[in-house]
Amino acid sequence: MTTALPTTPARTRSAGSGKLRALRKNRLAMTGGVIAAVFVLAALFAPLVAPYDPARPDFADALAAPGWSHWLGTDDLGRDQLSRVVYGARASMQVGVLAVALAFVVGVPLGLLAGYYGKFTDSVVSRLTDTMLAFPFLVLAVGLAAVLGPSLTNATIAIGISQIPAVIRITRAETLRLRHVDYVAAAVANGGGDATVLFRHILPGATSALTVQATVGIPAAIIGEALLSFLGLGVQPPEASLGVMLSGAQSFLAPAPWMAVFPGLAVVAATLAFNLLGDGLRDVLDPRGATR
Amino acid sequence: MSLAMSEPVLSVRDLSVSFCSDTRTVHAVDHLSYDVAPGEVLAVVGESGCGKSVTAMAVMGLLPPTARIGGSIRLGGREIAGASEKELGRIRGKDIAMIFQEPMTSLNPVLTIGRQIGEVLRRHQGLSKKEARARAVELLGLVGIPAPAQRVDEYPHQLSGGMRQRVMIAIAVACDPSVLIADEPTTALDVTVQAGILEVLQSLRERLGTAIVLITHDLGVVADTADRVLVMYAGRPVEQAPVDELFAEPRHPYTHGLLGAVLRPGGEGKRRLPEIPGLVPSLDTQPEACTFAPRCAHADDRCATSRPGFKTLAPNAGAAAGAAHRAACWHPQHAPALMPTTREAGQ
Repeated sequence: MTTALPTTPARTRSAGSGKLRALRKNRLAMTGGVIAAVFVLAALFAPLVAPYDPARPDFADALAAPGWSHWLGTDDLGRDQLSRVVYGARASMQVGVLAVALAFVVGVPLGLLAGYYGKFTDSVVSRLTDTMLAFPFLVLAVGLAAVLGPSLTNATIAIGISQIPAVIRITRAETLRLRHVDYVAAAVANGGGDATVLFRHILPGATSALTVQATVGIPAAIIGEALLSFLGLGVQPPEASLGVMLSGAQSFLAPAPWMAVFPGLAVVAATLAFNLLGDGLRDVLDPRGATR
Repeated sequence: MSLAMSEPVLSVRDLSVSFCSDTRTVHAVDHLSYDVAPGEVLAVVGESGCGKSVTAMAVMGLLPPTARIGGSIRLGGREIAGASEKELGRIRGKDIAMIFQEPMTSLNPVLTIGRQIGEVLRRHQGLSKKEARARAVELLGLVGIPAPAQRVDEYPHQLSGGMRQRVMIAIAVACDPSVLIADEPTTALDVTVQAGILEVLQSLRERLGTAIVLITHDLGVVADTADRVLVMYAGRPVEQAPVDELFAEPRHPYTHGLLGAVLRPGGEGKRRLPEIPGLVPSLDTQPEACTFAPRCAHADDRCATSRPGFKTLAPNAGAAAGAAHRAACWHPQHAPALMPTTREAGQ
């Protein structure tokens, strides 16, 4: 018999590079990706990027309009707005990443268990999820701040908890789907234990859905952080945060609109960027969207 | 065929599988018994929905928890029906392995084939990563994949269907199991690739002495590869015989029907291909009757009122237990069938 079986060119091309190419073609997703990358870099290298110390007041130069020395102007205490936006982005990114990480660390294993074992485990986890979904995010955040004191860490925890149910549900749904996929059955038939099947065969199959969930979770967390800091439940002044800046700008909307405009724009840009990237990823990773 | 004399590696006794839902109970397999001797190829044939795959899944312990299983399944003298998941995990892939119908979806798309073969070896034989990889290359060569040293690092999507099925076989035989269950291993493949896969199975049987339970509805495949054939209908055995005998002298009307429905090149010119009228009955009722009676041309009152036992037929020469010709019919057919000989059927 012949041993050299012909393979079509379409098959020899790696699927990974094909998806990357499809993502590159998606203009909106690429725009989002670039903006998101700028935010991530600014957050990572804030001390190098920021022209001034974000917390150092300069009363001689308070409420200065955007200009050459202060590109985005200064606030009521004369602090450089650009530096504060950069540091604010850092806080935003920190919350975005950590809150999503927290939601994943808790949600993914629970979703896997619920989807794989079903029955009693599934009932318990699913009812828990429903309960968490029914609990308003703000009440949780306020309660947590009341008990533990307002801080960036506690805001992160509150936001992370609020994202757990979505992660559980997505993981559970993917697990339910993958449980009956042939290669998972084959892994069981070859003697694979529960841990092997769950972590080596089911979890990798769920990564595309979870990747999309992460890119949606990050902007939600960024907004959440801005919201909590705005309400005084997150980052505490004089630390910089986009929410803290917006909160402080309220009294100066008429004389110094730039105080509100730039942090506001930063929040919008960051959330939009991650959402666009997430949409693009979803289109690329979802096999049903392949024809679009 | 002295195979029947040796101790069977797989022995299924009175296996019954039923699925219960709130409203009805479906008897997918009903008192099925068979033995497989070491190195023997037993073909299980029948229409879709007659319980072939359910039998295989029951033997592997892969049925969903809604299934109720009765009877005994002994693998190498060890009872495995009702074994715990943990025990089954130690047996599956090591003593008994399975090849699935769909090679396109039975491999994990995110792992290299080398890792997927190696996974079984590391689990059951405790090989190191490096040893497992080396053995994976060997196994790929064994199942006829060219350039195995390169292929081992490829992903499933880089392989064709036939190659993937070879990889599945490599995984299945990695730990040298005594029994290999092949559930329609060639159905999803085109004919030329099919021949290659069957050849691999044959050579593995010869080289490793693996017993193979070949589930199929392709009688050409049966004629080519099997030593013995078990014909199933509606969850029950209806006929069992050594392959040559079954093709030369089928006794059950259902077997007649199956063989008659095989398309042969040349043949009798333009004629309508004979078919078996009707459909496989739904399996939620168990009437005291021959299940095949409604579709059978030879059925009479007796067939409608009592169920024929699965009996050894008298004129069978090689009446050694395993090789006996058995059928479940009140009116076993005698007329030498208008069937192809084994060789013709294989074409």
